[in-house]
Amino acid sequence: MEENVHTAVADTLQKAVEKSQDTGWLMHHILDSRELDFEPFGTIHLPEIYLFGMDISITKHVVFIWLAFILLVVLFRIAAKSYKTNKSPKGLANFLEILIIFVRDEIAKPTIGKGYEKFLPYLLTAFFFILTCNFLGLIPYGSTATSNIAVTATLAILSFFVIQIGGMMKNGSIGYFKGLIPHGVPAWIIPIMAVVELLGLFTKPFALAIRLFANMTAGHIVILALMGLIFILNTYVVAPVSIAFALFIYLLEILVALIQAYIFTMLSSLFIGMAVHQDH
Amino acid sequence: MEFAYLAAGFGAGLTVIGGAFGIGKLASSAMEASGRQPEAAGDIRTSMIIAAALIEGISLFALVICILLALK
Repeated sequence: MEENVHTAVADTLQKAVEKSQDTGWLMHHILDSRELDFEPFGTIHLPEIYLFGMDISITKHVVFIWLAFILLVVLFRIAAKSYKTNKSPKGLANFLEILIIFVRDEIAKPTIGKGYEKFLPYLLTAFFFILTCNFLGLIPYGSTATSNIAVTATLAILSFFVIQIGGMMKNGSIGYFKGLIPHGVPAWIIPIMAVVELLGLFTKPFALAIRLFANMTAGHIVILALMGLIFILNTYVVAPVSIAFALFIYLLEILVALIQAYIFTMLSSLFIGMAVHQDH
Repeated sequence: MEFAYLAAGFGAGLTVIGGAFGIGKLASSAMEASGRQPEAAGDIRTSMIIAAALIEGISLFALVICILLALK
């Protein structure tokens, strides 16, 4: 009797170890790949392009970035054209205007204050691009471009440049760095403050990149892990529970997609405001 | 002996404890403030969501490190 229990436990553990080797499917769904696969219907292999030894081949995330770009250009062109025929917006233009006014009144104006109009195009672009990329990842067969650290790092680098150039154009190149250290601090603190503030210039956009990347990836990993539980435990019984949890996490992911786009734009705008109006 | 998985698991667990603690405290004071002054509920809700996203950002830094460990 003892022997049977012992061998049963050993067998289960052995099977669990064996099964745990094939989690390649989970990473396959999250990571970038060189082919678009529409699972039962086939795959489209994307071209590999090498330029001067650099690999700029088209991958799945690149295709979805282009899709987001085309979608945004088309939608906004339609909305902008409809302003010619009726002054007060209806339909698509109305919906987009709600979002644009939200970004302008809740994000740009309170944080940047005077002179917010110059930064509004960048903030709107960032907000809508991140929102579209996040949502494209939630439709079936879609993949989240912003779950790629390279994409979020690029967005963070763009924010970094907008912040620095905005600050330097307002305060002058040297004045900007002088203004990083607040007034009225004792003289012996100034070297420490200088180092801390300079490092802070770099860590803040870095945090932006990591926050967006981790939020987008984590949601997908949780959903895939919950669905994979059905296959690992190899039983139908766990399916209703697994699907219910996965559905709940899916709805949460929609919320997180909206919130992360808002947070990225809000923090970028906050940093721009801190760089432009340094006497705060 | 592969300790990387164990370390990743511990790390993720501790991170979740810290994050849940922080966001729980934040939510409780937001609820209290909303109860005291229902007119400010909209502003409080917005600030709460911003602060929650920032706290979650920190816990997701640790999650990224745990993923790096687990993938090694």
